[in-house]
Amino acid sequence: MTRFAEKNTAITGIGMSDVSRGANKSALALTVDAALEAIADAGLTRADIDGIATWPGERADGSGFSPVGCAALQDALRLEVGWYGGGGEAPGQYGAVFNAIGAIAAGLCKNVLIFRTMYEATARKTAYANSLLREGQRQAGPFSWYAPYYTYAAALQQALFFNLYVHKSGIRPEQVGQIAVNQRRNAALNPKAIYKTPISIDDYLAAPLIATPLRIYDCDVPIDGAAAIIVSRMDVARDLRNPPIRIEAIGSSMRYRNSWTQLAELDTQAQPKVAEMMWSRTDLKSADVDIAQLYDGFSFHTINWLENFGFCERYGAKDFIDGGHRIALDGELPVNTGGGAMSGGRLHAYGAVHEACTQLWRRAGARQVKGDPQVCATSTSGGPLAGAMLLVRD
Amino acid sequence: MVARTLPVIDRDNEAYWTWGREGKLAIHRCAACEYFVHPPVPFCPRCESRDVAPQAVSGRGRVVTFTVNHKAWVPDLADPYVLALVAIAEQDDVRIACNIVECDANKVDFNMEVEVVFEPVEDLWIPLFRPVAA
Ligand SMILES: [Zn+2]
Repeated sequence: MTRFAEKNTAITGIGMSDVSRGANKSALALTVDAALEAIADAGLTRADIDGIATWPGERADGSGFSPVGCAALQDALRLEVGWYGGGGEAPGQYGAVFNAIGAIAAGLCKNVLIFRTMYEATARKTAYANSLLREGQRQAGPFSWYAPYYTYAAALQQALFFNLYVHKSGIRPEQVGQIAVNQRRNAALNPKAIYKTPISIDDYLAAPLIATPLRIYDCDVPIDGAAAIIVSRMDVARDLRNPPIRIEAIGSSMRYRNSWTQLAELDTQAQPKVAEMMWSRTDLKSADVDIAQLYDGFSFHTINWLENFGFCERYGAKDFIDGGHRIALDGELPVNTGGGAMSGGRLHAYGAVHEACTQLWRRAGARQVKGDPQVCATSTSGGPLAGAMLLVRD
Repeated sequence: MVARTLPVIDRDNEAYWTWGREGKLAIHRCAACEYFVHPPVPFCPRCESRDVAPQAVSGRGRVVTFTVNHKAWVPDLADPYVLALVAIAEQDDVRIACNIVECDANKVDFNMEVEVVFEPVEDLWIPLFRPVAA
């Protein structure tokens, strides 16, 4: 058997609830929708699910960032499991998948339901300000170092990193804007996307600045929704109804200062060594990748990943995306084919996995990438958090 | 401007957030090998000494990176303000999050030389940085 446990696992089913700017049902109900759809898609029943994983686990803080955890979903579905785990201290959103791979390798389970639920659209309409900080409450932990400086949103910390990237790379705003323009074009072909009206580079440039260099179209869109995937042990996966989407390689390393202020290379954040780890666990190369679903909490993450995955050279993304042709649906590397989180909705990297599988199973309808895409690179990012997966359909 | 959100104070970070009362920027430093340890931890990752304690530094530094905020995240946050990471002059890998003050937001630049000033808020003294006078 291979020494890399992910090669003994595959994605066997996917599900997604309605995605909206204001749901007509609870966060738990959305989660149930996504979970049941994923279980049925894999050709399984609730009785077959023997593991549950999520990131970052339930946060009952009213923010809508993660309103549903393993316990709530397990009890709602009355699942009987050999293992479950949800928690935020992991290499980003895909930490839940990496934990599931470990649990399968340990023999604790063989079909893991992995989910991510967001209820931020509703939260922001009601009590919760668009804010990392709570008025009148002192801040503990890693964000305490930013707390006194009006650091109300992740956009501000990320803007610090992205501004240095702009300074070092010389990328121009009309090049950055190609990410948003491309994804809006793709979203127009995705029935579940939030924003479908095309935008031009002029629209991008005319939009309000959030915090230099971030403009409004560089940011993902808060939504209510849930996504779920089933990760199965390979021998089980081979007997199920969908062609297994193998987890060919993962990158989960943290070989930098684990800090939002002290990262050695702020302009690349934690991505380079995560990508390096992923490529060290496969014989495939960046040239073998057919499509890419790259994290787009902000457009610059996507730009950074193009370089760190090796699709172009360091600081070469500005030329790679210039004009937008290479990253378009009919380009050499279609990127964020469903509109990503910026136009599709912030399902926080699990929308990206869902879209990867949709494309690899050739179910994407009007936005289906031509030919027979078999290899997809996916990623997450944000300060010291980063993760990567290479997915391959048999 | 709206009130600053304050950090929870503990044994390790107390000097950092209070020595401003005497106009001093406190950074933890290893007594054995003189390495600055930030955020403050009572352990030196370079020589493994536990003899690490706050020490006043010059308060000078350079802007490593910055952003000019334009969005009113909360009411009354209208004016552009600058969030920055400043490296202290004594050791370039010690980065301090801060606002750059006493300066037009559009004049802040990479590698700008800055010096610390403190703003008292409740029981704390919040380090901020301003350009070094030319
Ligand atoms: Zn030492």
